[in-house]
Parts: sequence; C-alpha cells; structure tokens
Amino acid sequence: MPEYLPTALILAALVAAGWTLIGLLRDRGPDRVLLGALALIEVGLLAQAVLGIAGLAGTEREVAGVTFVGYLLGILLVLPVAAAWALAERSRWGNAVLLVGCLAIPVMIVRLQQVWGGQGV
Amino acid sequence: MSDGAGGAGRGAPAGALRHGPGRALIAVYALFALSATARSGVQLATRFDEAPVPYLLSAFAALLYALATVALARGSESSRALATVICLVELVGVVVVGTISMLAPEAFPEATVWSGFGSGYGYVPLLLPVLGLAWLRIAGRGARAARDRRAR
Repeated sequence: MPEYLPTALILAALVAAGWTLIGLLRDRGPDRVLLGALALIEVGLLAQAVLGIAGLAGTEREVAGVTFVGYLLGILLVLPVAAAWALAERSRWGNAVLLVGCLAIPVMIVRLQQVWGGQGV
Repeated sequence: MSDGAGGAGRGAPAGALRHGPGRALIAVYALFALSATARSGVQLATRFDEAPVPYLLSAFAALLYALATVALARGSESSRALATVICLVELVGVVVVGTISMLAPEAFPEATVWSGFGSGYGYVPLLLPVLGLAWLRIAGRGARAARDRRAR
C-alpha cells in the first residue's frame, strides 16, 4: 500500500475535523464545503480499501488478515453513517456528530497501519 | 405501558434524547458499538481459548454499547430507563475492571475496552457512561418540564 495515501487521509480528516469544530463553535450546521470534503475523503478511503486488499493478497509477510480487512471496510461506514445521522439535525450538533466521525478516521488508520506492520490484533 | 402521573399518554416526547448534544453522544456510542463489536468478534472467533474471560468481557461491553446506542436513539420512557441501567452497569464495569487491571495486571493479559479505565481508548469508556447519565438527567428534566407545560 502506498505510504502517502493513509497520511493524506489522516491530514484531510483532521482538517475536516477542524472545520466541524469551527462550525460547532460558531453555532452553525454542517455546510456544503464540509460535505464535499467528506465525500472526497470517502473516495480516498475506498481507494485505500482496494489498495490495501490488493497489498494483503500480494504480501509474503504475516498480517492479521481478518482484522486488516475489517478495518479497511469498517472505516468506509463511518463517514456515511455520521453524515446521515448529522444531517437529520442541521444544528451545531450536526457538526459535533461529524467531528466524532472525522476524529475516528485517523485513529482507525493508525490502527490499520499497526496491523499492517504486524503489531497487535 | 404506564406513564405515571396525569396519564398524559406518551409523556415525554420519544426521541428527545437524540436531539442537541445527545446526537453527538449517540454518535460516540455508535462508534464504540461498532469498534467493540468488531474487535470482540475477531477475538472470540480466532483466539477465544487464549483468554476467555477478557474476551467475553469485551463482548459484554460491546453488547452494552450497542444497546445503549439503540436505547438513547429511541428515547422512549422505557428505553430511557434501560439506557440509565446500561450506563450504570458500564460505569461499574469500567471502574471495577480498571481497578483490577491496575492492581493485578496478570488477570487481564489481553487488553479489554475497560482495562486501565479505558486508557487504550483515550479514557472515553470511562467518560461515556458519565456523560450518558448526565445527558439522561438533563434531557429527562427538559422533557418533564415540557410535559408539565402541556398538562397545564
């Protein structure tokens, strides 16, 4: 798996998290710029899943395959579910929901890399 | 289902818990339900024999998070009571398991969600039931006030 993609996704998710925080503090609901950015991040996560599974199939090393694929696919659920849950309430708390989702992405990617590196379950 | 004094039918509007800050709280619960369920699923499926007690505990915690998510999101009178009980069980669980894991680390060779008071998860497992109970109290008070206004 190329190194730059997870790093770029972590950075993008953190920027999006900052954006939701600003919206939250300014008492605004989630805006379109944010939703567009989240859609782009989701596309990146899809690419990560494809490349990750291809990498797993191609590697000789021992990687906890089930966990690795679980993270690759599970992370795809986070932003769509968070967005659906957030948009049902277009208040500042919609931004709070997206903040939770955005912060989950870097955590899951770091775990993903640990699993890829052969660490832990 | 009885609704207490006044027989106002529905009582507090169902779903009052999922508005405002509660919406974010439910999102965190859902996230923990997802990750804890997935993690304990893998543990139970692949390495149950290695450490059955911690793994069963992880599964139990996962179940609690999932139930709490649904109960808070529904927010009816009965699910509010259920959510309160679950939050209390979670709080007791994280404190007891956290204490044991500190005093006798060998009891939990494999980390659970609650080991070290949830330190592996940024202490969120310790924070969640406290926030849950606080929110149930605040939102419950607001809902009761609204019901009293309607009754008058």
